[in-house]
Amino acid sequence: MAATKNSEEMSGLSDALAVIGAGLGALIGIYLAVFSADPVMKFHGALLGATAVLCALYVISSMAGKSTTERPFYHDGPIKFASVAAVFWGIAGFVVGAIIAWQLAFPALNFDLPWTSFGRLRPLHTSAVIFAFGGNALIATSFYVAQRTCQARLFGKWSPWFVVIGYNLFIVIAGTGYILGVTQSKEYAEPEWYADLWLTIVWVVYLIVFGGTLLKRKEPHIYVANWFYLSFILTVAMLHIVNNLAVPVSFTGTKSYALFSGVQDAMTQWWYGHNAVGFFLTAGFLGMMYYFIPKRAERPVYSYRLSIVHFWSLIFLYIWAGPHHLHYTALPDWAQTLGMTFSIILWMPSWGGMINGLMTLSGAWDKLRTDPVIRMMVVSVAFYGMSTFEGPLMSIKAVNSLSHYTDWTIGHVHSGALGWVGMISFGALYCLFPWLWNRRGLYSMRLVEWHFWISTIGILLYITAMWVSGILQGLMWRAYDELGFLKYSFVESVDAMHIPYIIRAGGGTLFVIGALMMAYNLWRTARGDEPVDAKNQPRVAAAPEIRATLAPAE
Amino acid sequence: MADKGRFDEATGTHTTGHVWDDDLEELNKPLPKWWLYVLYACIIWAIVYWVLYPSWPMMTDYTKGTLGFSQRALVMEQVAAGKAAQAKFRDAIAKAEISEIPKKPELLNFALAGGKAAFGDNCAPCHGRGAQGFKGYPNLNDDDWIWGGDLEAIQTTIRHGIRSNADDDTRASDMPKFGEEDLLEKAQIKDVAEYVLSLGGSSKDADAAARGKEVYAENCASCHGENGEGNQELGAPNLADAIWLYGGDKADIVTSINTGRGGVMPPWSPRLDDVTIKQLTVYVHSLGGGK
Repeated sequence: MAATKNSEEMSGLSDALAVIGAGLGALIGIYLAVFSADPVMKFHGALLGATAVLCALYVISSMAGKSTTERPFYHDGPIKFASVAAVFWGIAGFVVGAIIAWQLAFPALNFDLPWTSFGRLRPLHTSAVIFAFGGNALIATSFYVAQRTCQARLFGKWSPWFVVIGYNLFIVIAGTGYILGVTQSKEYAEPEWYADLWLTIVWVVYLIVFGGTLLKRKEPHIYVANWFYLSFILTVAMLHIVNNLAVPVSFTGTKSYALFSGVQDAMTQWWYGHNAVGFFLTAGFLGMMYYFIPKRAERPVYSYRLSIVHFWSLIFLYIWAGPHHLHYTALPDWAQTLGMTFSIILWMPSWGGMINGLMTLSGAWDKLRTDPVIRMMVVSVAFYGMSTFEGPLMSIKAVNSLSHYTDWTIGHVHSGALGWVGMISFGALYCLFPWLWNRRGLYSMRLVEWHFWISTIGILLYITAMWVSGILQGLMWRAYDELGFLKYSFVESVDAMHIPYIIRAGGGTLFVIGALMMAYNLWRTARGDEPVDAKNQPRVAAAPEIRATLAPAE
Repeated sequence: MADKGRFDEATGTHTTGHVWDDDLEELNKPLPKWWLYVLYACIIWAIVYWVLYPSWPMMTDYTKGTLGFSQRALVMEQVAAGKAAQAKFRDAIAKAEISEIPKKPELLNFALAGGKAAFGDNCAPCHGRGAQGFKGYPNLNDDDWIWGGDLEAIQTTIRHGIRSNADDDTRASDMPKFGEEDLLEKAQIKDVAEYVLSLGGSSKDADAAARGKEVYAENCASCHGENGEGNQELGAPNLADAIWLYGGDKADIVTSINTGRGGVMPPWSPRLDDVTIKQLTVYVHSLGGGK
């Protein structure tokens, strides 16, 4: 009885804190909306205020109406929210990406409007796919995985909700800011100081929720996926705070100035930028892989020892590799050397994840044929292996002198982004939706099959087009005639890109079409439509509660 | 491991004995040998590289490496070598009068190559990659020149630009904004436009053209010439040929009379050095219409 009373008190305290927090957010938001002289700040203040008021009202109404139904063991509401958000932002981000890809092939598609110009849509695309799609997928899966592998409910009552809603509010503030011309001009860190501060608060709560759940665990050991998730959350916090140190011009205005300048600023930016790749797009998604591949394949992780060694070597080495983004610049030679050599050493630690992912299929390779969700995740690991080989290769100064500033870089990023991050997230979402919404399986496995092939073809078109155009650009820029003059002008190299750009945009458009199929499929699944091909779906496709009632596989 | 886990038949290995979420296990496999050896090889390669090249920061300096490599020194060397290779020609061009350059095949060859490269990066954005021009940006391949098409005239245009407020010696002449400043009636402008069309033989309204003739004689002929032949001294285009900078439709011509147009070209000196400007001059002159 004492325990129940205690938990009731705790719950009341949580409600009170949630209302106070939301009230504070509402006050700040309304103050900015009313008193800021900056129209974008007014708009963003109003957004914060409105969201906070709605949240406060929701918490208060939930306090009034005491629910009599028993609370489920796992806290899955925020996970459902983030999963749906991942699908929504994924499609938004892919569509904007396809638009700017077509703009590069046909510049008239800029429409001569500031809001639709390449310069504003490009950060909208990168932030939408990395932070909105990828971030929501990571938050959703990390909350799911942490609860299941710790046998513990998420730490906190309202905090998990604060994380998902706060994070998505950050995305809306950042994205609308880009369109309206607000940016601090740091690649992958474009949001201005106030959005950064808000994200810092959200991220610290994310760390508390995730870490708190690990501390509550009923398992003696922490599962490998959680090591990766934790390193992702911790390191991203550090990177985000340091790279965004800035002095605002006014506390009610959007503009700020970075604390660093010159080559120090460039180095800080790429220390951040490369580790955003390392800890957001690699470590985070390796966490996803380490849960969903063995779970879906119903096989043990290939090697525990490899997972330990590659985890520690990966996180130790990644943090050094940033300077390879600044080869042949004002960055001192010694820093370039360290960036390059650590990138080379990083090759095997990266591949450790690939080996563990692929070899987990040992004894279950036949599932590649029968389960397109497994196939999607395995192909994503193959793309991971390819791009983590290409990365060290491109960090070698001699290679970089050809590849730097060309489309080769864009192709490399997209083999990682579309192939690895995209496909592993699609695989995880295809697992999560029936599991979260308690369904027998996906609405249609055949649609997954289509999604798999369409996106794979799209990715291959994209990457090969960028290899061709990147190497062509690099060669054209460095070509001299016998008298020592540049053989091609820049505009000639732009002209030569036209066909590859059309092929790339076509590949990207295929990827969008695949994602739309996924959204339809997941929507029908969540809605509760009976699977059209239930007999073709593995037992593991069903939610855990339903799985137990199904006949075991032969 | 002390507590050997379950024996996994498919791989012939034991698991570590940990189980999460009902069925998540890990095999107790050793590190793949090839993986470990490649990792070691990469580390050894990096150490060798650190010995050879600048690498580790110290308190006040950094390790220089045994090869004495310096990126800056290397660039300086390469730039110096590139300059030395071109010095012979550049010096000769610097000393030569512009009119002499095309007469010396070696210099002509060098000037054309350098001019082409400089044109691509500096002129092509407006005049087009093939110097074909766009509306408002003259075609440089034809033999119709607004400010003159001999070497001297082209060089002056490139050096000082046209109607630039950044150069005191810029080429300047301003056609009045006949419409915007109410110097002519609307009807008069239409008539004179028709007359301008008739100069090239493309007028379809003889009456209007006849009415415009007088307006032309009073307002336009002093610069563009009695028969529309133009005047390169004043930068007044020829109106009797079929080449139009701002379009040859009646509507375009009316707009030109209304607004006076007055396009601007930047002065390229001192942004480009003297030798480069000479090379550009020779290149543009060679495109087809040089006088």
